[in-house]
Amino acid sequence: MPEQPGKNAIEVRGVRKVFGAGEAAVAALDTVSVSIRENEFFTLLGPSGCGKTTLLRLIAGFDYPSAGEILLHGDDIALLPPFKRPVNTVFQSYALFPHMTVAENIGFGLEMLRKPKAEIKARVAEMLKLVRMEHLASRRTSQISGGQQQRVALARALAPQPKVLLLDEPLSALDYKLRKEMQIELKRLQNQTGITFIFVTHDQEEALTMSDRIAVMSAGKILQVGSPWDIYDKPADRFVADFIGETNFLTASIAGIENGKARATLKSGATIAASVADGFQPKSEATVVVRPEHAKLVKGKAELSGTVENIVYFGTDTHIHVRLDGSNDLFIVRQQNARNADCGFETGDKAGIAIGDDAAQVLRD
Amino acid sequence: MAKSFSIRHQPGFTTIAAVCFVALYMPIIVLVVYAFNEAPSTSEWGGFSLKWFQSASQNAQVIDATLRSFQIAAIAATLATIAATMAALATTRTPPYPGLTFKYAMINQPLMVPEIVTGVALLIFFSRIKIFTGYSGLGYLIAAHTAFCIPFAYLPIRARLENMDLSLERAAADLYATPWQAFRRVTLPLLWPGILAGLMLAFVISLDDVVITEFVKSGGQDTLPTYMLGQIRRGITPEINAISTAFLLLSVVIVTLFFFVSRKRD
Repeated sequence: MPEQPGKNAIEVRGVRKVFGAGEAAVAALDTVSVSIRENEFFTLLGPSGCGKTTLLRLIAGFDYPSAGEILLHGDDIALLPPFKRPVNTVFQSYALFPHMTVAENIGFGLEMLRKPKAEIKARVAEMLKLVRMEHLASRRTSQISGGQQQRVALARALAPQPKVLLLDEPLSALDYKLRKEMQIELKRLQNQTGITFIFVTHDQEEALTMSDRIAVMSAGKILQVGSPWDIYDKPADRFVADFIGETNFLTASIAGIENGKARATLKSGATIAASVADGFQPKSEATVVVRPEHAKLVKGKAELSGTVENIVYFGTDTHIHVRLDGSNDLFIVRQQNARNADCGFETGDKAGIAIGDDAAQVLRD
Repeated sequence: MAKSFSIRHQPGFTTIAAVCFVALYMPIIVLVVYAFNEAPSTSEWGGFSLKWFQSASQNAQVIDATLRSFQIAAIAATLATIAATMAALATTRTPPYPGLTFKYAMINQPLMVPEIVTGVALLIFFSRIKIFTGYSGLGYLIAAHTAFCIPFAYLPIRARLENMDLSLERAAADLYATPWQAFRRVTLPLLWPGILAGLMLAFVISLDDVVITEFVKSGGQDTLPTYMLGQIRRGITPEINAISTAFLLLSVVIVTLFFFVSRKRD
């Protein structure tokens, strides 16, 4: 994925948010800095309590930072009330006005901006078309389904053409199938409108499928910012590697760091090529991660060896759990399934694990 | 397995319930029945007649007291509802802080302080003001009624606000509504059933008050309840029954409306 250093829509600079005071003070955001580019689909990903929603609320203006700046196209908006920010929000609960129709909900923002009636009418019609809800324009919001409410919430937030759209876990209330549909719908809307989306989720799969870039957060800090590929293939630290997808952790000694590549000598004695995370400090032992699908189970000798302990069939692929010789750790290999063929191994088999070039990543911690 | 406990199957339940209902409703039923008595007695039946309703409706004092009651109740209930709405907003649209419970207690003070104490206190307080200003109009009664109606208006409004999703107001602010616009376009329309319920409850409470009114009123400021109290001292005719019956009907209608309004969702 080529890096395109475009203009920044939002710049968060050294933002802290402390709740409570004195002994009971808790830093929900611990000096966070991040730049979000124009027209990108940017995701804040992390477990609950990591500070992602707090950051979103600070950008929306529902709360104010204890320290730091939030720039929107270069202007500090950190202390503006929400109704003075050209930023709109899609709420987790949708927060549709129950006493208004679908069309009235969508037109609300434009009405507050004192747009002419004709313009509001045209824009509402356009928005209804965009989210495919023309036929339900005069319904009450209590008379439509959850998925339809979701679309109305999106249309309502997009109608005033905000500079940035904030989405606070908007898909979490939908069932699996509808969620998948809405993920595609959201991507389509973002492409069509060209508006910067900042999306908050705890669902790593959702983040990987939808985002241009992802910021992984934990305990009030941003741990890594990058494309889905970067985050998945080149995790910077243990939390990121563990939170996103499945991973094998190995201990190795690192030598010959050059251009972000190094030689990692594993406990088995084998040496593999590995990419090195930014900020890695040379030390005697480091952690190396290998994704289960980037390793291959072979008969005979390879970089690692062990005994097959468990074979789990998943339909599209099979997970083979291997107890490593020497270290006694478990290593998982994921193997694509073929029709009319089993994985080629049985529980108790001795096997080698081949780790190709560029399959391993050295973590910074 | 033992049968689950049911209060209805305990010995004596039916008897106690029957005694309670008779004690509650029998006097009212008797009162209503004798409102239609032909004879000028509240204990001896002399045949069916509507004459007491007719005489009450033509009694200048009754008409005067009724109009005064409605005037005071309408003004006091409106003022109390406005104050209660503001109090409810101020006590629910804020994160809890030390002293909030104390404020609840302050607002609900009229529910806890004995009416007779408030009545005596107001009598002394207002008499000073009367001497000072020379004013002796309905203002004192309206002020007193407004004060004790506030908690009755406050409770349904606060209940409604507490059930309202806070993110609705946030969404309005997010969509460029100023705090006043957000209140007028989102909070107020959704709060309306609570406000209406509070208004009706306050109206009935004001209409019904005797103790504080008796202490605060100046000469010639009888409300319907204090007029009735005065009449009873002189001996009862079925006219009092007729007035009570009409009063009862009105209260039942308003309380029923209150019930439907406060039960309505969205």
